[in-house]
Amino acid sequence: MIPATMRTPRFLVVAVIIAIAALLPLGVSGYILGLLTVAYYFGVFSMSWDLLFGFANEVNFGPTFLVGLGAYTAGILDNRYGLPISVCVALGTVAAVVGGLVLALPALRLSGPYFGLTTLVAVLLLQNLVVVFAGLTGGEIGLTVPDVISISGSVNYWIALAFMVASGSVLYVLSRSAAGLILQASGQDKIQAGVLGFNVVKHKLFAFVVSALFSGLAGALLVFYLGTASVGTLIDITVGVQIIIAAILGGRRTIIGAAIGAIFLIAMTEALRSTGELATFVVSAITLLVVMLFPNGFMGILSWRRR
Amino acid sequence: MATQVTDARQAVVEVRGLTKKFGGLVAVNRLDFSLRPAEILGLIGPNGSGKSTALKLVMGIEHPTTGSVRLDGIETAGLPAHRIARMGVALVFQHSRPLERQTVHENIMLGLLPDSLFKLRISREIRERARDIATQVGLSAVLERRPSTLPFADLRRLELAKAIARDPRVILIDEPFAGLTMAEAAVFSELFAGFRRDGKAVLLVDHNVKSVAALVDRVIALCLGEKIAEGTATEVMADETVRRVYLGGSIETAARPESSFADREKPLLDVQDLSVFYSKAQALEKVSLHVHQREFVSVVGINGAGKTTLFNAICGLLPYQGNILWQGAPLARVPPARIVRNGVAQCTETRDLFGEMSVRENLDLGGQHQSKAIANDRLAWLFDLFPILKSRQRQNAATLSGGEQQMLAIARALMTNPRLLILDEPTLGLAPIVLEQLSKALESLRQTTEITVLLGEQNVTFALPHADRVYVLDHARITWEGGPDRFAREAGSGYL
Repeated sequence: MIPATMRTPRFLVVAVIIAIAALLPLGVSGYILGLLTVAYYFGVFSMSWDLLFGFANEVNFGPTFLVGLGAYTAGILDNRYGLPISVCVALGTVAAVVGGLVLALPALRLSGPYFGLTTLVAVLLLQNLVVVFAGLTGGEIGLTVPDVISISGSVNYWIALAFMVASGSVLYVLSRSAAGLILQASGQDKIQAGVLGFNVVKHKLFAFVVSALFSGLAGALLVFYLGTASVGTLIDITVGVQIIIAAILGGRRTIIGAAIGAIFLIAMTEALRSTGELATFVVSAITLLVVMLFPNGFMGILSWRRR
Repeated sequence: MATQVTDARQAVVEVRGLTKKFGGLVAVNRLDFSLRPAEILGLIGPNGSGKSTALKLVMGIEHPTTGSVRLDGIETAGLPAHRIARMGVALVFQHSRPLERQTVHENIMLGLLPDSLFKLRISREIRERARDIATQVGLSAVLERRPSTLPFADLRRLELAKAIARDPRVILIDEPFAGLTMAEAAVFSELFAGFRRDGKAVLLVDHNVKSVAALVDRVIALCLGEKIAEGTATEVMADETVRRVYLGGSIETAARPESSFADREKPLLDVQDLSVFYSKAQALEKVSLHVHQREFVSVVGINGAGKTTLFNAICGLLPYQGNILWQGAPLARVPPARIVRNGVAQCTETRDLFGEMSVRENLDLGGQHQSKAIANDRLAWLFDLFPILKSRQRQNAATLSGGEQQMLAIARALMTNPRLLILDEPTLGLAPIVLEQLSKALESLRQTTEITVLLGEQNVTFALPHADRVYVLDHARITWEGGPDRFAREAGSGYL
């Protein structure tokens, strides 16, 4: 039996797009495949972030704290101890989840903007730790990871695509589930959610753990694609800002929109590369316009058209 | 005695010595009451009497400073709300806050879900049960609509449906009939009576006895956090203390006749057919009133009658229909900051002080638009009017007592050198001794200055002595206008 959600037109459109994306390695240059591979991992970062912002209503200014923990733990384990890739990735994910828990447990007890500020500080702390313990982490020069998942661009691309689709599916189903409904209620009105018998802290903490899990896993996998880990590409505040912008650009509370936003951002920056320094400006301007005119992002534009 | 038979029934909620302090303010003071199955208890009191705090303490949204709340003999004081909810207590909020992106059906289902992280599918039983509840409260026709498209009464029904979904033994309802028409209120009354038939214990929290009299088995009246009366609705309405709190005792009034004001033809402030809507609910309906230069006018009405809305409209903070004339010129489309500089100052109900700033800094902000010399003069005059503020100059506003904060709010408004001072519920939550000081200050303003005052109050005892004229605002409409001496005789009975 096919569930009702798999028979909707929206599901069919997504399925067709994924099928086309899967066939891209047959006719697209290796360079573009490489860009999309990175974009897909960024898509997972953004979707994980949207679970927190869109559903739990908590602004996490430190998505790269979780990404960086996963990436650096996996990278260091490979670089220093030569553990198998699967073990490095698994332990990297565990590190992100544990780090996320240690951060969120006290931070979620704070109200107002303080949760967001705590996450911001966490990024700066991690960034400093990487620089201070340069012997272990490679510091500002970066960490070289000797192993790679595959030397084939196409294989790496398919792994990234499959990973994004799988993560997106889990996050999407979760957000639409009964537990997701409770999470939204906890995010929108924690007093009312409490009165309905829901332990708000528990649900938000769970959302943070899920977000950390996918962020850390994606970070660890990305390291084994890039072959290096550096603060500038994985932890820096500007990377976090990109993740956040992608999620908002795609459309808050949609999960899928976040992935679209991430791919758009990376594609646009690349398409405008010939304009040099102007590229960042143009992309920022487009983002600003979309957010101001369509606060619900690309997905908001789509549903607006339909009306 | 007949009452002993009912008393013998085991109480489901037992409240003993319940006390809640917010800083120096005692919101609820040594409150005792019990609530039995199949009973509707009314908890009434004016604004700031502590009834909403008491409700939150029972639900666990606030935690008591001291005292005990027992649910079937189990102590719940200090437990979080979700634990108390799971023990069978539900709360119907006054303001509905549904999930806007979900349908009515999904909103009701939310109340039926277990507190589980791993439950992904919503079962058929839950869907069916939510549909049944919707039918029970009269929402079956709008099941698939979004809450934002619903009329006000249906939003209240949705809140009720969510509480029913919890299948509670105890239902706490905050202002059950606020914003409803008579016909809608009758339907809701029937639903509440149904709860009683099902053996549930119901606590209704409201401002006055009258609105819940027909429904309740017993009433407890609160004032300043303390229980002042308990009994049947009739007993409580006849109680001397309750009458004094709501109607004032024998009040000395000293009204100046309307004909004595110089601007008889063209009043300083003239409000004509003012109507204000908050999306669904009408907050003011064709309200007309006027205030003369140097006149003290009181607008009397219970919470939710529309007083604050009226003042905010005058200050240009809300869109409205109708006219508001200031010295004969319309105020519509004049920005709020300009209205203030034209001489209208409002002391809001919440006082809106800058808590992290000192008393002096708060006052200096009020005097920003004056020259230094004038500001200093006014400061000296205000320290004369409220001597306590002079000694508290360096203290942070947030650390003042409630009465001192109110004085500071009034003083800050007076620093702007207004022609019209609007006071919204200045007596809210203040002790009688403080009221006396405020009274003296107002009297001094009336005797020695040119200022005009528009006072919004539900405390009639405070509103009448300072008024030259009184308006009664009831459910968004002006229902009575006259001198304070005629108030008790003509309008008092409708106010208990």
